[in-house]
Amino acid sequence: MSTEYLQEVANADYKYGFVTEIESDKAAIGLDESTVRYISAKKNEPEWLLEWRLKALDYFLSLLEKNDKPEWAHLDIRDIDFQSISYYSAPKKKPELESLDEVDPQLIDTFNKLGIPLMEQKRLAGVAVDVVMDSVSVTTTFKKELNEKGIIFCSFGEAVQEHPELVRKYLGSVVPRTDNFYAALNSAVFSDGSFCYIPKGVRCPMELSTYFRINEAGTGQFERTLIIADEGSYVSYLEGCTAPMRDENQLHAAVVEIVAHEEAEVKYSTIQNWYPGSAEGKGGVYNFVTKRGICEGRRSKISWTQLETGSAITWKYPSVILKGDDSVGEFYSVAFTKGHQQADTGTKMIHIGKNTTSTVISKGISGGKSQNAYRGLVKINRGATGARNFSQCDSMLLGDRCGAHTFPYLEINNPTAQVEHEATTSKVGEDQIFYCQQRGISETDAIKLIVNGFCKEILAKLPMEFAVEARNLLAIELEGSVG
Amino acid sequence: MNMLDIKNLHASIEEDGTPILKGLDLSVKPGEVHAIMGPNGSGKSTLASVLAGRDGYEVTDGSVTYEGHDLLEMEADERAREGLFLAFQYPVELPGVSMSNFLRHAVNSVREHQGKDELSAADFLALMRENAALVNLDPALKARSVNEGFSGGEKKRNEIFQLAMLAPKLAILDETDSGLDIDALRVVSEGVNKLRGPERSFVVITHYQRLLEYIVPDVVHVLVDGRIVRSGDKQLALDLEEKGYDWLREDAGVPA
Repeated sequence: MSTEYLQEVANADYKYGFVTEIESDKAAIGLDESTVRYISAKKNEPEWLLEWRLKALDYFLSLLEKNDKPEWAHLDIRDIDFQSISYYSAPKKKPELESLDEVDPQLIDTFNKLGIPLMEQKRLAGVAVDVVMDSVSVTTTFKKELNEKGIIFCSFGEAVQEHPELVRKYLGSVVPRTDNFYAALNSAVFSDGSFCYIPKGVRCPMELSTYFRINEAGTGQFERTLIIADEGSYVSYLEGCTAPMRDENQLHAAVVEIVAHEEAEVKYSTIQNWYPGSAEGKGGVYNFVTKRGICEGRRSKISWTQLETGSAITWKYPSVILKGDDSVGEFYSVAFTKGHQQADTGTKMIHIGKNTTSTVISKGISGGKSQNAYRGLVKINRGATGARNFSQCDSMLLGDRCGAHTFPYLEINNPTAQVEHEATTSKVGEDQIFYCQQRGISETDAIKLIVNGFCKEILAKLPMEFAVEARNLLAIELEGSVG
Repeated sequence: MNMLDIKNLHASIEEDGTPILKGLDLSVKPGEVHAIMGPNGSGKSTLASVLAGRDGYEVTDGSVTYEGHDLLEMEADERAREGLFLAFQYPVELPGVSMSNFLRHAVNSVREHQGKDELSAADFLALMRENAALVNLDPALKARSVNEGFSGGEKKRNEIFQLAMLAPKLAILDETDSGLDIDALRVVSEGVNKLRGPERSFVVITHYQRLLEYIVPDVVHVLVDGRIVRSGDKQLALDLEEKGYDWLREDAGVPA
């Protein structure tokens, strides 16, 4: 009985599958030099950026010609026709907004449906939100307050216009345009995203947040996020993502770069809930994302926390290059897959500086016929004397038709390094469910309790407003979904 | 009306069809404490499992009526909400699920079923404190994960603590005494005795007479080879202690 129920739970409905009727500007389908020039012109970009994009395009097309796609992941990816995608789509009423009152009511409605009442959030939580709909950043709240502290938080496009020197200095400095297949594609066609700069010694007084949404059919989303934390600064940054239900697969290839200077700390949290496809495995978002941060200065710290519940396929490894001595990298992840979802996610911790430390805690939960893999690299370079790493990867299986996999890679080139790796796999036991039921708790609630218990230490790492949302999301995902 | 009526109950293990219960009869009135004793493999724990609705057993014949309802028709969680409680022989660990979160869910599901409002946080915590004291449990346990890192004795006391929290009508104790030292046994038994009342019945399953010195039963039944072969008062338990089970096996025509 329990197993049958578990089968059934994995078929929960996606609750964010609506389409917003907002007129949009779309680029012609296909990818060549003219596409890149079109995007760059639309965004009124300087010549150097166009050049940068075109070089990325050349590199991407050369890889495409050789069919040199990343294939090492534990994923079954249908061939993507990169010439059948529209690479740019922007809501037509591109607003210059000072307050939420000026936002298109349709858009507000969209975010209400997402359970992100901006007004509420603004009032209660004090979260500054940047909203990226399809490819363009629609609204940034709280701008004035941030300005007073010298914090720059705006759309990427705006940063290119207003702060070209910062963009030029840091763009591609952590994820080069030739880094990998999807990073090259993003570098050529990225349309917008978020930009954030925290000046020296400033502690950002509120959570910064971006919501990404793919709305248009037949488009890809290629946003780029760049966060720079100058010496001694602190910022906590959140991103959330959803997409409508569509029968075709949609491509999302984002790049996130973080630079933390001396004694700076960046905390980056993600709730990823792109459309995962139907119960039969039709449609869904291909989420191929390159996220990397560099602890450039001494005693700097970068911390990634992610809750991954969406996407047909997730391929992402938020990583930290620990260059500064005594710098700290952290990766905390909950990846929940069900139905036909596939996830291959994990992290890379590259220890370069002395006495650098990294912590990796990954929790994978698989239901339905899904496949959930943790893939992590811990690399200790020759000069990284006294480097330490602790990794823990726990997997939980809901039912018996899903898979959990752990692929840890260790490269240790310094004998003083201390590296620990622990891994466990467990099945939600029928005895655990029965124990809860015997206390009057329904089977659904029992599974929620057990799964939440399993993820507890990660959920506790999320900023408070997000933790509530994360728990709710996990509960919605589990609703009728364990299979 | 009887609280529980078991008539000619036959049950087997689902996986391989091995018959375990072979025509068991038992009636329990409100407020009574019944002890079920029997040798290993006689079906004691199977009886507890079938009554609580655990998967893996198939009832092939007979009936179980609980408060006038067909118990076997109900799901396990429904039985619990209707006031049937099982103290587990092997309590299950729930990593990361705190005792207070677990019991809040449990208590409120039962209350909702009874048409009562949820307990306020303050009332709930007060109730936890009060009941933890009943079995000498450290009140700090509310922040700990369910049964995780609990000693054997703590796990058993925790079962009785949950019994107190859920205030059931019928409590089945499945070898609650196993693995307990004499002090823990006394604490657990005193807890149970305080929870006895005219509306609450107990079925106490045990291998040893020892427990019955502390929890004095109204009726003692001897279960051999899936059937109750003799019932009596607490003197029967003392006889068993002295003579073992073999003489009853012979009486029942079961090879030893």
